[in-house]
Amino acid sequence: MLAEEQIPGALQACRGTFKRDLLLAMRRSGDIVNPLVFALIVVTLFPLGIGPEKSTLTAIAPGLVWVVALLACLLSVDRVFRDDYLDGTLQQMLLSPQPSYFLVLAKVTVHWLVSGLAVTLVAPLLALMLSLAGGGYLPLLVSLLLGTVSLSMIGAIGAALTVGLKRGGVLVALIVLPLYVPVLIFGAGAVEAGCQGLPYSGHLAILAALTLMALVLAPLAIGGALRINMDD
Amino acid sequence: MAFRWPQFFHKLGSPRWFYRIGGLWLPWLAGIAACFLVIGAIWGLAFAPEDFKQGNSYRIIFVHVPSAFIALAGYYVMATAGAISLIWKMKLADIALKCAAPIGAAMTVLALISGATWGKPTWGTWWVWDARNTSMLVLLFLYLGIYALYNAFEREEQAARICAVLALVGTVNIPIIYKSVDWWFTLHQPATIKLTEPTTMHASMWQPLLLMIVGFYVLYTTLLIERIRVEILVRERRTRWVQDIVLASGA
Repeated sequence: MLAEEQIPGALQACRGTFKRDLLLAMRRSGDIVNPLVFALIVVTLFPLGIGPEKSTLTAIAPGLVWVVALLACLLSVDRVFRDDYLDGTLQQMLLSPQPSYFLVLAKVTVHWLVSGLAVTLVAPLLALMLSLAGGGYLPLLVSLLLGTVSLSMIGAIGAALTVGLKRGGVLVALIVLPLYVPVLIFGAGAVEAGCQGLPYSGHLAILAALTLMALVLAPLAIGGALRINMDD
Repeated sequence: MAFRWPQFFHKLGSPRWFYRIGGLWLPWLAGIAACFLVIGAIWGLAFAPEDFKQGNSYRIIFVHVPSAFIALAGYYVMATAGAISLIWKMKLADIALKCAAPIGAAMTVLALISGATWGKPTWGTWWVWDARNTSMLVLLFLYLGIYALYNAFEREEQAARICAVLALVGTVNIPIIYKSVDWWFTLHQPATIKLTEPTTMHASMWQPLLLMIVGFYVLYTTLLIERIRVEILVRERRTRWVQDIVLASGA
């Protein structure tokens, strides 16, 4: 039994969870690479389905890269809490004296690092394959950087709601995809505006607002959902 | 005798009392709904004047607009029930959440289908990616998500609380989704489509519409209460009072 002053504080626990999850994620590097390969394959399918004509691809590239990035992020979100739930770690985390808010935040941040950030870094390559117009690359990077944070946050809500179910996969997508709509609209809108040489800072500002809101509110919903799934 | 609200309210929270009181209200509500809907429909379809641009096809507004109203209001009814269920852990709120989802989804489908039917003569196509169509479609997906999530859980109590969280998340998101879809549409609006909906309606047109809207609200309440009562019977089937009712009905 630890004495009162020996119990780690909220931030310390947050840092500990972050390190642990990052280490686990790095040891399962397949989980990082697979969604990226998925995105690459999906992007390859589109010219095969639509035709290789450059002008057609350029026209649909902004939205397409965003949708593919979104799906790639969704692919791995189911796993955020699953393993910890199955081996009982999650229960210990929720029982710990530190507020679950920060622990959840740490876990989702790690998920973002290995999914959202990774997809953002690969996105220029995807854009190149779809011959995105030159002005679109910078807004693509910034909008994905901002937008994928809220994608991870919202996705984690879906993962937390279904963590107690044996088969969560498709259900998570069903729950989460409608909630992704605003992020997609403003993300793809920024890229589209950049391609046409229009100012896109407004889109990015709204995207940043959505992300901040997700950062503040989503961990509360996630914590609540995890707790409900725990009491069996 | 003084009418004491708090006690009445608490009684309403108990499934047994709700079953009884709801049963007393039901014939009245159903009667009122039928009156409003029949009068509104006959007035709207037969007596309201023809629209000078759209002719008779505009008359689908008398179904389309009320069902769209209920579709959106139904989500908030569901979310409110969810919040009550999370905060006060009332059994009845759990049941209300479960029962509100399919009715709301049905109303959304009705709004979408009637919108498509209206779109054919007005826009020349069944489906247009216009702001309202699109956000209605997203709303339907939100309803379907709740419905699917509820059915994935085995324990009713847990399912209700999980769905309550999702409904609350959806409540935060619905205004954002609506605004963003609206904004998306003004950016991408194709030039060929003109919204021919009259901005100012003549009184002879909106009066029956108002009747229909009130009628739909009462109909929604009736359906919700009826569903809740059935669900109460199913859940409380092991209790004495339900068994007494079943025996009394001669089943």
